[in-house]
Amino acid sequence: MSVLFDNWDLLLVAFAHTVLLFLIAGLLSLLFGTLLAAMRVGPIGVLRKAAGVFVTLVRNTPLLILLVFFRIAGPKIGIQFNWVDIVWGDIRMTAFFAAGAVALTLYTSAFVCEAIRSGINAVPVGQAEAARAIGLPFTDVMRAVVLPQAVRASVPPLASVQIALLKNSTVTGVFGVTEAFSRMRLFTNDFPTQRVGIFIGFALIFVLLVEIVSFGANRLERRWRIA
Amino acid sequence: MSASLLFDSPGPRTIARHRMYTVIAVVALIAIVGYAVIRLADAGQFEYDMWEVFITPRYDKVILIDGVLNTLRMAFSAIIGAVVIGVIFGIGKLSDHAFVRWPCWAFVEFFRAVPVLLLMVLFYYQYGITRGETGAYWSVVFALTVYNGAVLAEVFRAGVLAVPAGQAEAAYAMGMRKSQVMMIIQLPQAVKIMIPAIISQCVVALKDTSLGYAVTAPGLTFVGKQIYVGFANYVPTVIVIAAIYILLNLILTAIATWVQKRFVGEHKIDMYEVGGGMATGGGF
Repeated sequence: MSVLFDNWDLLLVAFAHTVLLFLIAGLLSLLFGTLLAAMRVGPIGVLRKAAGVFVTLVRNTPLLILLVFFRIAGPKIGIQFNWVDIVWGDIRMTAFFAAGAVALTLYTSAFVCEAIRSGINAVPVGQAEAARAIGLPFTDVMRAVVLPQAVRASVPPLASVQIALLKNSTVTGVFGVTEAFSRMRLFTNDFPTQRVGIFIGFALIFVLLVEIVSFGANRLERRWRIA
Repeated sequence: MSASLLFDSPGPRTIARHRMYTVIAVVALIAIVGYAVIRLADAGQFEYDMWEVFITPRYDKVILIDGVLNTLRMAFSAIIGAVVIGVIFGIGKLSDHAFVRWPCWAFVEFFRAVPVLLLMVLFYYQYGITRGETGAYWSVVFALTVYNGAVLAEVFRAGVLAVPAGQAEAAYAMGMRKSQVMMIIQLPQAVKIMIPAIISQCVVALKDTSLGYAVTAPGLTFVGKQIYVGFANYVPTVIVIAAIYILLNLILTAIATWVQKRFVGEHKIDMYEVGGGMATGGGF
């Protein structure tokens, strides 16, 4: 495991990429997933169907296939990310990074949509009916009654989805992003005698990151809980 | 239908407005799909050459046997192993003895939080790399077994806890031993509740077999790579491989739903709740 301490700067850069991917794809997938969820529970039948088809297709496609599409097949039909070129010191957000972020965002959005929908479905029908019965207009029914309960109910599944995203971000390492997984593979190649130690080191950092996200979600859940 | 929860039944003006939105939405969707199709057609992706491979019986056989069959074999080997690991560690976590409970807890929490790809590469370099294709195959299976086993351990624990406490109490009252209560009373009832969750986990395992790409394991993604490298038909290959995965997963999901309806009824294990609030992203 001494490799990790000797090359802590490389390790740090690798995990910086992982965390950046997580944050960017996490935020975008929350936005896009919420939009999808709104379409899926909205009153427009066509949009409900369209969002449903999108979610079913993306959810059942392996993330790796999405990445193959955006990294290998996409450029052949003009889907390119060459215009993305942000470099902060050793942190390089280039075409590879962008393709990875887009694939992760699309994939995670489908799960975010389902998590939010499950939250909305968790609100008892009587709540909305009672709100309408006392004469609240649609916006107030949503703002004051349905959404506050739905958001609370969707925190645990959303946390689960975001943690899965953190772990899934390793797949981008197969497609040229220099994040934690690709760094682990390089270390493993260069220091074959320390393979197990390298794995345990990387694994423990992932456990730590997962626990941080999980802890944050728990705090949020407890804070928003109604007595 | 969730629509009935959120909205009052629409009046005539609302119906007219919704009709307008529907028209706009249809136009927008047609525009998006049409743009994608035109883009693909411009790039020559609908040429016969691009798709010829997939209607050539010789290659179809390769896709079905080397691809689909290997992928399914990897997924099911992994799930069978995972069920065994899941039972052992799930029961271990319920043990009365702290020296059994804690190691089981640590194992489950560790392997649930570690990306399966890291595990796969470790197994590959430690074991598979000198053994060629079978080595890569078993590296994938081992990694998926351990990861899904850790996830299923939580499912089993939740399933056993979901069996009404009166069942175990009655068994103890009849003089059964702890192991008898678990094996004869609790586990059989728990398994019934868990079968849909196990089938759902098959979907996860099936999707994760695609990660074998990273260690050149056989399977759909490997066959796909050979095809698109050989014929330079990248987009059609991705579409076909994705369609095969989607089809397999939909079949599995349909089976899970059917089993749930037929044998289990309302009682469902929520994959999100399985961690007891400590969500570790189990179900994906």
